[in-house]
Amino acid sequence: MSNIPKDLRYTKTHEWAKKENGKIRVGITDHAQHEITDVVHVELPQVGKSVEKGASACVIESVKSAFDIYSPVSGKIAQVNDTVTNSPELVNSSPYEQGYLFVIEPSKPEEFEQLLSGEDYEQTVKNQ
Amino acid sequence: MEKLLNELSHQGQTGYSVPETDVPEKDLTELIPEKYQRKSELNLPELSEPVLRRHFTRLSQLNYAQSTNFYPLGSCTMKYNPPINEKISSLPGLKNLHPYQPQGTVQGLLEIMHTLEKNLCEICGMDSFTLQPAAGAHGEFTGLLIIRAYFNSRNEKRHKIIVPDSAHGTNPASAALAGFEILPVKSEQNGILSLQKIKELLTQDVAALMLTVPNTLGVFEKDILEIADAAHKNGTLLYYDGANLNALMGITRPGDLGFDLMHINLHKTFSTPHGGGGPGSGPIGVKKPLEPFLPVPGIEKNNKNEFRFNYEKPQTIGKVRSFYGNVPVILKAAAYVESLGREGLKKTSEQAVINANYLLSILKEKLPAPAGNRCFHEFVLSGKPLVENNVRTLDVAKRLLDYGFYAPTIYFPLIVEEALMIEPTETETKAALDDFVKILFKIIEEAQNDPGLLKNAPQNTPVSRLNEVEAARKPILHW
Repeated sequence: MSNIPKDLRYTKTHEWAKKENGKIRVGITDHAQHEITDVVHVELPQVGKSVEKGASACVIESVKSAFDIYSPVSGKIAQVNDTVTNSPELVNSSPYEQGYLFVIEPSKPEEFEQLLSGEDYEQTVKNQ
Repeated sequence: MEKLLNELSHQGQTGYSVPETDVPEKDLTELIPEKYQRKSELNLPELSEPVLRRHFTRLSQLNYAQSTNFYPLGSCTMKYNPPINEKISSLPGLKNLHPYQPQGTVQGLLEIMHTLEKNLCEICGMDSFTLQPAAGAHGEFTGLLIIRAYFNSRNEKRHKIIVPDSAHGTNPASAALAGFEILPVKSEQNGILSLQKIKELLTQDVAALMLTVPNTLGVFEKDILEIADAAHKNGTLLYYDGANLNALMGITRPGDLGFDLMHINLHKTFSTPHGGGGPGSGPIGVKKPLEPFLPVPGIEKNNKNEFRFNYEKPQTIGKVRSFYGNVPVILKAAAYVESLGREGLKKTSEQAVINANYLLSILKEKLPAPAGNRCFHEFVLSGKPLVENNVRTLDVAKRLLDYGFYAPTIYFPLIVEEALMIEPTETETKAALDDFVKILFKIIEEAQNDPGLLKNAPQNTPVSRLNEVEAARKPILHW
């Protein structure tokens, strides 16, 4: 069973979100990194770019295919994790820590509360 | 692995003799100024003729091709390419033509191309074809430029293209390159589309809907007539991706299903070689209202039965390819169409569908078939049950290489987990299909009893498993 930290919130499309001083840190779940297999390239969004909840925010490419990563909340990209550009393997080895993707300055903070809990996400994965 | 020529080289073992010069010798510096002359050694390998010949023969024996083994690569239609096609396209009167020759001296070629265009119109139910595009995705891009030009001419602002999630990745890529916004639509359980969902997406800014029929799961779009109707009522065009035309020849026609334009991959359905760089050919067919926008030159016949290139099309999207398209490929496809004829092409599609259903009916006993028990010319299995032995579809594919089979398409379409996409084509015998089944069942057994065999595969190939991840992450590029 993949690792699903209980203190994070999740989307049905396998992104995780973490609230930090009013901003939202985003990455893909352990389950997702296992499914897409070895990540070879991450195309990060530009800092300052507006993103919408549920819309594609960046692209991850693995040996299998290219995958859209959907933003869990709406807002502006406040910061991106440049490390994964040169070391995409971090998305596989440390999806919740060093392999995070970007940080959002949310425009509708209430959207965070609508995200799945760890238990709900675990159920989503089981049902697939 | 075969050694490189430089590694085979032995000093003094040269295999050439240059004839004596019959022009007066000149000092090199007279011909090439000293500053441009090479200072270092050339480092050319020195080899005897037999050593050289054996090297290339050995390399040719490492080739895997339709003419050596079974090639079940789903969605690619890797069918047998009859050598008669090669022979005809290599006839001196065709092979030695030069693209700058006056049109009056290439009437035969133009007639063949014009006839093929007409035949493709008949096969597909379209009004006009161009043979210009150089490959499938190039055809798609050309088609999308035609769609754009059509709506521009009508002063309609439509900038969205609907593409199902089961489509080939080239569909959204071509549409984006042509300046459109992609509207993805999720397919249902067996990859088919929900009429209701399509209707909801059909707003006034939707230019076209791109569909592959049968879809990439090998399933026919059952509501296609209603979908076409809904699209047309909205002023939206319907684009047919010809990737899977091999299932439909002589059975139904995209034009009759309501499609307004389409591309064909001659290198798939019409038996011209592909893979390893092609070249391909992706003709575009259109219905009447889109004709004025086709690329130039068009091939026309005048009332004196002369063929000529027409560049005078005021609404054309312009030129999409140098000269007249990939002519040798076009010739091979023309030979294929002429040799099979109407009945032969129909039988081809029927046999392709029968072969795929035969394989599916046996293989589904061991691996789930998410799109059901029946298919058109190809089908998709899921390798999911093997995951509990820590075996992935990639490992199954690699193990197939050990047994001398080319691996099927894997991990496409994306809507099936651990997808294994198999297209046997019409040209395989029952015995060949049975051999494939036997080996695939054996591999599934190995996955359960000795997964290491799959994890370490292939072992019988010139090189074992390549590190694709490292190659993609840290490519060493030379050019």
